[in-house]
Amino acid sequence: MLDTTLQPVADQSASQRRPVRPARSTTGQAARRPGPWRRLASPVVVLALWQAACSAGLISPQTLASPWQILQTAISLTRDGTLPHNLLVSLGRALSGLAIGTVAGVALALVAGLSRLGEDAVDALMQMGRTLPVLAMVPLFILWFGIGETPKIALVSLGVLFPIYLNLFKGVRNVDPKLLEMARTLGLSRAQTILQVILPGALPDLLLGLRFAVGISWLMLVVAEQINANSGIGHMMMDAEDFLRTDIILVGLFVYAALGLISDQIVRSIEARVLAWRPSNVR
Amino acid sequence: MNMMHRPEPVIRPEPVIRIEGLTRRFGGPAVLDALDLSVGRGEFVALLGRSGSGKTTLLRTLAGLDDVTEGRVQVPGDVAVVFQESRLLPWKRVWQNVGLGLGARDAKDRAIAALGEVGLDHRVDAWPLTLSGGEAQRAGIARALVREPQFLMLDEPFASLDALTRLKMQAMVGELWQRHRCAVLLVTHDVDEALLLADRAVVLEHGRIRTEVDIDLPRPRRHADAEFNRLRGVLLDALGVEQASH
Ligand SMILES: Nc1ncnc2c1ncn2[C@@H]1O[C@H](COP(=O)(O)OP(=O)(O)OP(=O)(O)O)[C@@H](O)[C@H]1O
Ligand SMILES: [Mg+2]
Repeated sequence: MLDTTLQPVADQSASQRRPVRPARSTTGQAARRPGPWRRLASPVVVLALWQAACSAGLISPQTLASPWQILQTAISLTRDGTLPHNLLVSLGRALSGLAIGTVAGVALALVAGLSRLGEDAVDALMQMGRTLPVLAMVPLFILWFGIGETPKIALVSLGVLFPIYLNLFKGVRNVDPKLLEMARTLGLSRAQTILQVILPGALPDLLLGLRFAVGISWLMLVVAEQINANSGIGHMMMDAEDFLRTDIILVGLFVYAALGLISDQIVRSIEARVLAWRPSNVR
Repeated sequence: MNMMHRPEPVIRPEPVIRIEGLTRRFGGPAVLDALDLSVGRGEFVALLGRSGSGKTTLLRTLAGLDDVTEGRVQVPGDVAVVFQESRLLPWKRVWQNVGLGLGARDAKDRAIAALGEVGLDHRVDAWPLTLSGGEAQRAGIARALVREPQFLMLDEPFASLDALTRLKMQAMVGELWQRHRCAVLLVTHDVDEALLLADRAVVLEHGRIRTEVDIDLPRPRRHADAEFNRLRGVLLDALGVEQASH
């Protein structure tokens, strides 16, 4: 009722002539959704207050650097190559860990999901393993793998393994039994049934697992790089701590945040493409 | 005209489906109880019965989805099933669903031809979840027919469709059957549907055949026919439906 008063008379009669619900709800949404500027307002205000407090000397740079200072630092770290170098090292670790964990998780989930024998062999172990706090295994990993790249990549892989395994296993087991029956009546072979029915049916769950896994991989990386590393974003931040450089620490934080955001977007766009058959993605 | 059809005994074609003494239990009383039934080559049989009388159980057994534990069942190797829900794979386009498992190089052409037969040429490349109920069911029928089965089973294929669409689909199935001449077993709750389409109607009750009626009417059939009405009475009676006297 409220939004009809905001509309010109001609528009109102047009929307009343068509009694379809979608037409009404879209006009309602358009009227109520705040513009992008309103959403940006509060971050900008916070940023301005933060800058003002720093400039006025209310916050010492050793507690929290000013936004302007952070920007300057980001630029100079990029210029002298520190940031790109550490970023590449971190990206390399995250991607290798993600790849290893995903491959292992998919393999284990298929073994467990597609055969009872495989389930008995794998699933109990995995269900027990998932309850282990992976981060608490860092000391063990350092003892086992030393302080090189191996423990870091292993930590990321292990963190990635469980969400991939659990979601894909669930997806394989929850494929609609009616579709499996249909495959039988059409005379599909076991291999055809797996490739055409079970795997595509489990794909949405795998992608969901992948989204969790990507989030976890950054978390694992942060921990691994701050404990024992001589390169990477985490190392850059720990180094800065020794010199009370909060500006560098904050640059690192923002880089991590950006990496998390971008990688999530990438998985989402993969989802939209691979799951094009879903009604929400059609057209 | 009816007088000409009634007297002589009906000559059944040689059976392609033979069921002898089929019994099926799920722990309790028999759902199928020493059932005997045969369907001739190219014969159209309608299977009626109250809810829970064992129609779907029989169909599943004939489709090889349930094992035969008691009795004997003889079914040709090439059977096809259309379920009440179309059971299309949502992640394959409509033509890929129809051509599923065909394997031949011309699978796509055959799938598209079958979709043409059910009037779905314009939805060949669509995703199944965007089809209407009637369209999805037609795609399911195309998927069954493209295999040129000797024996086609349909389990209440039109039950969830609106009355108008159902009439069109019934006419379409009638035409397809005339063209392909496969043996058909159609499970339905709709007495008129059985009388419009089938050569024979079988009424199941507690897993046994309660009534079997030969529908020896010329095609295309019309509801107004006197014999049509008489047979409807017989079937409704067998189904235990109270009828007001007309
Ligand atoms: N897998 C099963 N386990 C236990 N009972 C079953 C199973 N399948 C069917 N039944 C029972 O067998 C009986 C017959 O079921 P069926 O599905 O064959 O009936 P129907 O004639 O197809 O009914 P409707 O017209 O409602 O579809 C029902 O009582 C049902 O509960
Ligand atoms: Mg049924």
